[in-house]
Amino acid sequence: MNALYSLVFVFILVLIPLFGVGAAHLNTIFGICLPMTAIGIFLVFSVVKIVRWGRSPVPFRIPTTAGQQLSYDPELFKQNKWDNPSNGIQTVIRMVLEVCAFRTLFRNTSTSLHETKNGPVVAFSSSKWLWGFALLFHYSFLIIVLRHLRLFLEPIPFFVHGLEFIDGILQIGAPVMYMSDVLIVVGLLFLLARRLADAKVRYISLVTDYFPLFLILSVALSGIWMRYYAKVDVMAIKELTMGLVTMHPHIPAGIDVSFYIHVFLVSILLMYFPFSKLMHMPGVFMSPTRNMPNDNRFHHHENPWNPDIKPLSYEAYEKDFGPAMAEAGLPLDNPDNAKAPEEA
Amino acid sequence: MHYGGKIIIGIVIFVGLLLSPFVFNVGKAYKQPELKLPANEKKCVESLEFMRTKHMQLLNEWRDWALRDGKRVYVNHEGKEFEISLQNTCMKCHKSKADFCDKCHNDAGVSPYCWDCHIQPEGLK
Ligand code: HEC
Ligand code: HEC
Ligand code: HEC
Repeated sequence: MNALYSLVFVFILVLIPLFGVGAAHLNTIFGICLPMTAIGIFLVFSVVKIVRWGRSPVPFRIPTTAGQQLSYDPELFKQNKWDNPSNGIQTVIRMVLEVCAFRTLFRNTSTSLHETKNGPVVAFSSSKWLWGFALLFHYSFLIIVLRHLRLFLEPIPFFVHGLEFIDGILQIGAPVMYMSDVLIVVGLLFLLARRLADAKVRYISLVTDYFPLFLILSVALSGIWMRYYAKVDVMAIKELTMGLVTMHPHIPAGIDVSFYIHVFLVSILLMYFPFSKLMHMPGVFMSPTRNMPNDNRFHHHENPWNPDIKPLSYEAYEKDFGPAMAEAGLPLDNPDNAKAPEEA
Repeated sequence: MHYGGKIIIGIVIFVGLLLSPFVFNVGKAYKQPELKLPANEKKCVESLEFMRTKHMQLLNEWRDWALRDGKRVYVNHEGKEFEISLQNTCMKCHKSKADFCDKCHNDAGVSPYCWDCHIQPEGLK
């Protein structure tokens, strides 16, 4: 049901620019106002959220047990430096591997029941599907985003040409088919199928899990539709996009509706981003179990929000509370303390 | 903020990357390239709008028709006939690749590989 709601919602989203531009000709709103607003919302609220996360207290290190920590005898028990780092550089390596290679997903296991002669047995096995398709999806997305720079920069930087060349190296059709276009859809469809097919995952999947998947899928499909089927005037689109980044917004004539649909969906994605689970993009850098070395055993970590409490000796204590103690009949080391300070 | 320094550096990089297209383009203005159109011809193979958006598709079809189906004559929507050929048709009217095709392609960031084999009107470089 959750999946269905999300799908229907994305369909409705597609209809908005279809009629907004196709019938009502609100090109300026869909081509200029909305994308600029979306970038603004994306930027401001992402930063707000990151700062809010940054302000939460980090009282101590959270050692995760993914590997042997630095032990008293590193010869006997070899430290697993990348899974249980003890200093900054090792932590940076763990983070780079996490961000670039998704090692946490790599550790994904699947649990299953096996019937044996002696009854059912629980079995755990390594399951790399999620990891593999997640990599496929994320890297395709990255390449696609970088390729889009051709519409926002003039002259076009060399790495964009390089990406475009490698991405289209199969030289299938004209305009050439980009591998990333195919792979992102494959990746997304797997991530979607995983949620739908696995009863356990389906049970915990919410609208907020399906909606981003369908939304990104719709962005990808509208882009593919535009490039390979509808065929839009790329030069006019570059005039529009360059107008946005040079702050001389302008709507050239002759741009197909499919472009506005694509841009509208991207704008929705940008606006939805800071409020959604997609914030794992900046969030992964702030994972407390990943980004801190496990050095609790040789560094004293002071709770950062502790009040500044000065040590108080018994003599000073007796001075403060002497009169009250004397009144209660408690013994005093120094009988002078029995008198209140004014009297003394 | 705990670890505020690092977080702020991260935010600066994030915002910087996102806004870099705006920064690189400060004070610039963009205009579509000016093409050198054929002097003594009025019309392309198909309509201007069709050519602007679908010329690669047309070339792709031409290639297949010529080389797979042996069909070397193209009849356009107005009934006019053209020989199916990249070098002998397109480039007979559009006499300069550099002043025509490349103008758009440089801006669009595409470099069709056709010229690995086909000879551009300017001759081999
Ligand atoms: C109005 C500008 C313009 C002109 C003029 C132009 N092109 Fe293109 N061409 C484009 C754009 C834009 C693309 C890329 C479309 C895309 O990326 O979706 C393209 C793509 C192509 C492609 C597909 C390339 C690929 O690798 O995807 C071929 C082939 C091509 N053009 C051939 C030509 C030839 C030959 C000429 C000269 C006779 C020419 N074009 C003139 C704008 C133009
Ligand atoms: C008969 C001569 C002729 C032939 C052959 C010809 N063109 Fe053209 N082409 C023109 C003319 C003239 C124009 C300008 C049309 C206009 O302004 O209405 C033009 C315009 C174009 C445009 C759009 C340029 C713009 O101003 O945006 C493209 C792209 C193009 N031609 C590509 C091709 C390709 C690819 C071929 C081969 C399949 C080809 N032409 C064959 C004469 C020709
Ligand atoms: C590997 C070399 C090679 C590449 C790359 C190549 N072609 Fe060709 N092309 C040929 C050969 C060989 C022929 C056959 C010529 C003939 O039989 O008339 C041909 C024929 C054609 C023809 C029909 C006949 C003619 O005279 O033009 C078209 C149209 C054509 N190619 C378009 C393209 C386009 C568009 C591209 C780029 C997307 C391209 N070709 C890339 C080698 C190549």
